[in-house]
Amino acid sequence: MADALSAPTLRRPATALARRRKRMDRLIGLFAYASTAIGLFFLGWLLVTLIGRGAAAFDVTIFTKSTAPPGSGGGLLNAMVGTLIQTVLGTAIGAPIGLLVGTYLAEYARNSVLGNTVRFVSDILLSAPSILIGLFVYQLIVINTGGFSGWAGVVALAIIVIPVVVRTTEDMLRLIPDTLREAAIGLGSPKWVMIRFVCYRAAMQGIITGVLLAVARIAGETAPLLFTSLGNLNWSTDLNEAMPSLPITIYQYAASPYDDWIALAWVGALIITVAVLAINIVARYLIRTEPSRK
Amino acid sequence: MQQAASAAATMGGPLGSHGGRARTARRSSNLGDRIFEGIVTAAGLLVLGLLGGIIVLLFIGGWPAFREFGFGFLWSAEWDSVREQFGAVISVYGTIVTSILAIVFAVPVAFGIAYYLTEIAPEVIRRPVGIAIELLAAVPSIIYGMWGLFVLAPFLAQYVQPPIQDWTMDIPILNELFGGPAFGIGIFTAALILAIMILPFIAATMRDVFMQVPAIYKESAYGLGATRWEVVRNVVFPYTRASVVGGIMLGLGRALGETMAVTFVIGNANAISPSLFATGNTIASVIALEFPEALQGSLKLSSLLALGFILFVISFIVLATSRYMLRPRLGN
Amino acid sequence: MAMSNDSPSVAVAADPGSTRSFGGVAARSRATLNEPRISCRNLDFFYGDNQALKGITLDFPDRQVTGMIGPSGCGKSTLLRVLNRMYSLYPGQRATGEVILDGENILSDKVDLNFLRSRVGMVFQKPTPFPMTIYENISFGVKLHEKLGKREMDERVEWSLRRAAIWDEAKDRLHTNAMGLSGGQQQRLCIARTIAVKPEVILFDEPTSALDPISTLKIEELIDELKRDFTIVIVTHNMQQAARCADQVAFFFLGELIEVSPAAELFTRPKHPKTQEYITGRFS
Repeated sequence: MADALSAPTLRRPATALARRRKRMDRLIGLFAYASTAIGLFFLGWLLVTLIGRGAAAFDVTIFTKSTAPPGSGGGLLNAMVGTLIQTVLGTAIGAPIGLLVGTYLAEYARNSVLGNTVRFVSDILLSAPSILIGLFVYQLIVINTGGFSGWAGVVALAIIVIPVVVRTTEDMLRLIPDTLREAAIGLGSPKWVMIRFVCYRAAMQGIITGVLLAVARIAGETAPLLFTSLGNLNWSTDLNEAMPSLPITIYQYAASPYDDWIALAWVGALIITVAVLAINIVARYLIRTEPSRK
Repeated sequence: MQQAASAAATMGGPLGSHGGRARTARRSSNLGDRIFEGIVTAAGLLVLGLLGGIIVLLFIGGWPAFREFGFGFLWSAEWDSVREQFGAVISVYGTIVTSILAIVFAVPVAFGIAYYLTEIAPEVIRRPVGIAIELLAAVPSIIYGMWGLFVLAPFLAQYVQPPIQDWTMDIPILNELFGGPAFGIGIFTAALILAIMILPFIAATMRDVFMQVPAIYKESAYGLGATRWEVVRNVVFPYTRASVVGGIMLGLGRALGETMAVTFVIGNANAISPSLFATGNTIASVIALEFPEALQGSLKLSSLLALGFILFVISFIVLATSRYMLRPRLGN
Repeated sequence: MAMSNDSPSVAVAADPGSTRSFGGVAARSRATLNEPRISCRNLDFFYGDNQALKGITLDFPDRQVTGMIGPSGCGKSTLLRVLNRMYSLYPGQRATGEVILDGENILSDKVDLNFLRSRVGMVFQKPTPFPMTIYENISFGVKLHEKLGKREMDERVEWSLRRAAIWDEAKDRLHTNAMGLSGGQQQRLCIARTIAVKPEVILFDEPTSALDPISTLKIEELIDELKRDFTIVIVTHNMQQAARCADQVAFFFLGELIEVSPAAELFTRPKHPKTQEYITGRFS
C-alpha cells in the first residue's frame, strides 16, 4: 500500500492511463463545443438567408396591397390580416380553456386518476402532429358546414393553443407555495376566490408567458390551415368564407414558378419569423423575471 | 394585470364581511366553489374529448378505405388516383426512415449541446446560448421547408452529396445507400431538416434532466478523481437514462408528424429506393400534397384520412412512451 | 517521499488510553500531534465577492484526525472543499494563499485535479452510492487511476470493503445494486469507495448527519480505525463527535479560524472566549 501512496508529483501524473483519460475528456469537450456551434450555425444560416432574401424584396406595398396575380405587383396585406384575425381568435378561444384545464390540474386534480389522464392527454396533444388537428377539424366542421371557413381555421388553431397554455398554467400554479393558498383560505376565502385572486395573480407572468408562446406557435402554423381556412388570394375578412393567411400564402407562393411570388414568399417568411422569434424572446424574458423560489 | 387589480378590490366583499353577512357570503361562495369546480372539470373533460374526437373522426373518415382495401392498405405500395388503388406502405416507410435518420443525426449533437450547457459553458452564456438553441424550435416549419428547398437542398446537391458518392462508390452497401442521382431533395435532406428542427427539443430535455442530477453525486465522482466526461458517463447518464430516452422519443414524435418542412424537400415520389438520396414520401407530405386533389366523399380522401389515422396511432405510441419515460420520478 | 516510514506517527499509537471527561463523553487526549500532512498558509476564499475564509493558517497532522467545528456558515465546509479543489467545479469561487500537500501548493493552476482528488478523497453528508452494483461502485474509482487485472481488482474490492467494515454485509451481494443497502451501509460503501483509490487524505463532510445513532457510531469507530493509514479531516456540527473522533480540533467562526488545539484541550480549556461560548452552547 505504501507504493500506491507515494506519489511522484501532483503536476505530472505520468501514466498512460491518465493521459488517455484526459485526452478522452478533451475530445468530448471539443465535440460539445462543435455541437453547440453546429446548432448556432444553423440558426444563423437560416436567419441570414431570411434577412438577405426577405429584405431584398421588401417594399412597403406589401403592407398596403393584397395578394395579386403574378407580375401585377401585389402585397401581403390580406394574408397578414387573415393571420392576425385567426391567431387572435384562436388564442381568445383556446387560452381561456387552457387556463381552466391548467387550473383543474394544479388546484383540483393533483393526484387523481382523472387529473393524471387529462395531463397525459394534454401532453400528447402538445406534441401531436398539427396536420392531424387540421384533418380533425375538417371532418368535424368543414364537411358539416359545407365548406372551408375562417372559423374552421380558428378552431384548429384554438385546439393547438390549449395544451400549450395548460402546460405553463399548471407549472406556474404549482410553483406557488401552499402557504399562500392556506393564508387565503385561512382568511375565510372560498377556494375559487383564492384561485382567481391569489393564485392567478401570483402566477400572472407565467400564464402570460404561456399565452405568448401559444401565439407564437400558431402564428406560423400552416398544415392545419390547409384543411380548414384553406387560404384565399382575395381580400376577405368573412370568417364564414375561406380565409387567407400568411403561412398558407408563403406555401403557395414558394411552390409557384413565379419569381415575384417567390420573392414575396421570402418577405412573408422574414416577417413571420421575426414576429415569432420576437414573441418567444419576450415570453422567455418574462419567465426569467419571475421571482425565483429556492 | 388590470383585471387582477380590480379583482383585488372586489375581493374585500366576501373576505371582509362580518357577522350576519358572513353566512350568506359563505353560502354563495359554496355555490361559487361548486360552479367553478364544475367549469374547470368540464374543461379537463373537453381535452379528453378532443383526443377521443380526433381518433374517432379520423377512423370514421378512413373507414371506407379500410373497408375497401382491408389490411392490404397497410402493405400495398400502390397510390393510383386514376384506378383508385391506394396503399400506405411507401409513405409509412418514408415517415419512419426520415424520422429515424433525423434522430441519428440529432441525438449526438443534442447530447453535445446539453453537455456544453451543463458542464462547460460559463454561467453568463448558458442562458443566451440555451435560448438561441431553443429558438430553432420556434421557427415555423414552413420556413424550414422554404429554406430547405431553396438553400439547403442546392447546397447539399453541390457540396455534400457528390463527395459522399465519390467516397462510397466502391464500397458495397454504402454505394447503394448513397447511390443514384442526387438532386438535393429527397429522404436525406428531409431527415437533415427534421434533425435541425427536433435538435432543440432533445437538447433542452437532456440539459434539463442533466441539471436535475444532485450536485453531491457528481461531486462524489469528481472526488474520486473522475474527469468531466467520466462523471457524465458513469453518474449523470445512469441517473437520467430513462428521461434521456424520453427526450429522444419526444423528438421522434415531433419528426414523425412534421409536415411543411418535409413536404418541400422530400420530392413527393411514390417509390421506395435503397438510396437515401432518392426522393420519397411521408404520411404527412402525402396528405398535404394530395388533399387538394381529393374530392369530398372520394376513396382518395378516405385513404388520406386513413393515413392520418395510421400516423396518429404511430405518434400516439411514441409520444405516450416518451411521456412515460419523462414522468417525474420520486426519490431524487 | 513514501510517508509510511519517515513520519513520526509511531509515537501516537503508544497512548490510546488517556481519556478525559467532557460533557458526558470521553475526549481522548493526545499530547503530541504528528508532523503536518497538509498545511494551509494565509488561505482566503471567495464566493464571487463574498469572502468566506479569512487568512486561514492551519496544519493537518499526518495520520491523525482533525475535526472542524463551528456554527453553520462559518467556513468549515468551504475549507474542506478547498483541500481537494472541489470548489474549482464552480466558476466564481476562488482561493488565494497556499495549501501545501507534500511540499506542493495544490492551489496552483498546474495541479492535475483528477490526480489530486485521487490523493485527497472525500466522503459526503449523504451517502452517494452510484447507480451500479456494489462491486462497480468500488471498481469505478480504482479503474480511473490504475489498470488492474480481475484478480487484483477483486482483492482491492474486498480489501476496501473490509477496511470500511462492510465486507460481511456486502460479500454475498457484491453484484447487486448498491441502492439496496441501508443508509449506514451505503455510507460505509462510500468510504470503501474512497479508500479503494488509496488516497493519503480523506475528507469527511458531516458524514453522519443523515444517519441514525447506531450507524453513526459505526462510522466513528471506522474513522478511528482508518487513521492508522490515512490523514483525516472531518467537518461536523456535532461537538461530541468531534470530541470522540478528533485528535486536533479547529473552531471556525465567520470565516476565521478562532482556535486550534488538541481535542481535549480545546474542549476543556478553550483559550478564546468565542470558543468557550460555542462549546457551552451559548449560540445557535
